[in-house]
Amino acid sequence: MLIAISTVLFTACKKDPSSAPDFDENNLAPLSVEFDNIAGGRTLTFNNTDVPYTNAKGEPFTLSLLQYYISNIKVTTISGKEYTVKQDDSYFLIKGSDKSTRFAKIKVPEGDYSKLTFVLGVDSLRSTMPIDKRTGVLDPASGSNMYWGWNSGYIFFKMEGNSSVITDDQQGDPSGKKQFKYHIGGFGGYSSSTINNIKTITLDLSNAGIAKVRKDRQSNIHLFVDVLKVFNGSNSFSIKEHPNVMFSEYSVSIGKNLSEMFKHDHTEN
Amino acid sequence: MKTKYFKYIFLVCLFVYACKKSDDVQEKAVLFLGFQKPKNFPEPVYNLANNPITKAGFELGRTLFYDPRLSRDNTISCGSCHIQSSAFTHHGHDVSHGIDDRLGIRNSPPIMNLAWSKAFMWGGGIYDLDLQPIAPITTHEEMDENLENVLHKLRAIPTYRNQFKEAFGSDEISTAHLMKALSQFMLMCISSNAKYDKVIRNEGNISFSTIEQEGYQIFKDKCASCHTEPLFTDGTFRNNGLAPNAINDKGLYTATLLDKDLYKFKVPSLRNLKYTAPYMHDGRFLNLDAVLDHYVGQVQDTPNLDPILKKQTSRGINLSNDQKTKLLAFLNTLNDEDFIHNKALAEQ
Repeated sequence: MLIAISTVLFTACKKDPSSAPDFDENNLAPLSVEFDNIAGGRTLTFNNTDVPYTNAKGEPFTLSLLQYYISNIKVTTISGKEYTVKQDDSYFLIKGSDKSTRFAKIKVPEGDYSKLTFVLGVDSLRSTMPIDKRTGVLDPASGSNMYWGWNSGYIFFKMEGNSSVITDDQQGDPSGKKQFKYHIGGFGGYSSSTINNIKTITLDLSNAGIAKVRKDRQSNIHLFVDVLKVFNGSNSFSIKEHPNVMFSEYSVSIGKNLSEMFKHDHTEN
Repeated sequence: MKTKYFKYIFLVCLFVYACKKSDDVQEKAVLFLGFQKPKNFPEPVYNLANNPITKAGFELGRTLFYDPRLSRDNTISCGSCHIQSSAFTHHGHDVSHGIDDRLGIRNSPPIMNLAWSKAFMWGGGIYDLDLQPIAPITTHEEMDENLENVLHKLRAIPTYRNQFKEAFGSDEISTAHLMKALSQFMLMCISSNAKYDKVIRNEGNISFSTIEQEGYQIFKDKCASCHTEPLFTDGTFRNNGLAPNAINDKGLYTATLLDKDLYKFKVPSLRNLKYTAPYMHDGRFLNLDAVLDHYVGQVQDTPNLDPILKKQTSRGINLSNDQKTKLLAFLNTLNDEDFIHNKALAEQ
């Protein structure tokens, strides 16, 4: 009897239904993806000059700015059903300095999701749309300075900071501030084929926890975004050698590193 | 009796005044004809359906074009470097002269027939007129302002709110409305009333003189492959063999990073040359004689030199002095006085 009552109580308390609901594209529920910026084994702090970060080349550095676009979010259920978030609701600007921007809040059908796909940057279609479609975080007047006016297009990823290894000459920072600037963009061009730094990232959620999306709760896929990977990814580079990278061939090399920044840490269901 | 009389006069006056006012309004409404494609021009490239030109939108665009609030310290307007009397270029300046006396790297191009342009700027990079103003507004050497500040300044001015409402049905001063209004003004900067146009359209018995006619033939033989009629540009980017300048401006390459685009610049129109000196992307040639001298004997064999300029045994275009004179006579028929003096395009 006691066991029976306990079981009933336990079942009642348990929020998690054992089976996933039917996949219905009209039955949408909230899901968030959290972009938690870190620096290797440390949390992200700006201008921490007392104890700076160090990259794989042994160069000390601090950060003063970190911003990037996340767009075109897609999720896949355990059984392989895909759902792409409505285009107009799928553009997010994550700002390292503003914690409130770290969540990409979306709506997807109730279900159990084991795969997350998103784009780091802004897809080429949206990058060439008329001015009326460029609202919210895509508004060139949004104040985030993530748009190149001279070469129409969004800056997908922007990271700036300082490093004592930067020289004071033309190759480094002639202002003497020892600043580095990485402004990575390039959607492939309007007419001819130009550099493309749009990165599609797919993460398997099955090891660190699938997302159980239900109407009565807020599932949160918690990602770690490691800024050290910008320097230490498979195309590892030296700040001293490349203190300023914007619209250039070298940005493609760094772009490869950017796609390695994202790691699924856990899911809060 | 007397008061009645006065009342009567007053009523008549009121009536006359009311009529007068409505006549004025009517007259103005008739004067604004909207966007009209010149008969000898092709269909525009700009998508007018997405931004139909209205009187209110055009006038708002004109006000914005001449408003120095678009610059950081409210000193420089679009019209500062795009002066109507110089066919909307910066006469006498090799490169544009912007805020804080800063100098740019390129010659201010004319705001002219942009509805037929599929790419903007000497070095490309911009392919939508509605996105173009962002470049000069935010460029350090030009207006050095940011868009959010511009919007902030405009929103604080009640007359602007009214003008935006009239133009777009909402007093929301957004990026899209700002850009579309500026486009409406720029699209109306149509130059199509030069002597050449009147001859081509058979207007009013106007014809080329003998020397102009001969010059026209020389133009067709030697210039028209890039400076295509009736816009006198084919809108492409080409390397015309200018020696790279001191800053080694790489032109279109800067925006595409493709080797095939190295030293290519947008082919400029040959309309209104009388008003638009100096010439070339960096304003290096002060007069047309210098331009022709370049084509005749100074073309450099730099990467991507246009194949058309390599056809002769000696590089460039073969022109005798006599041919030059005739060609210049023809080019003179491309100057459009109406455009320079069109009051509707001037600061009000």
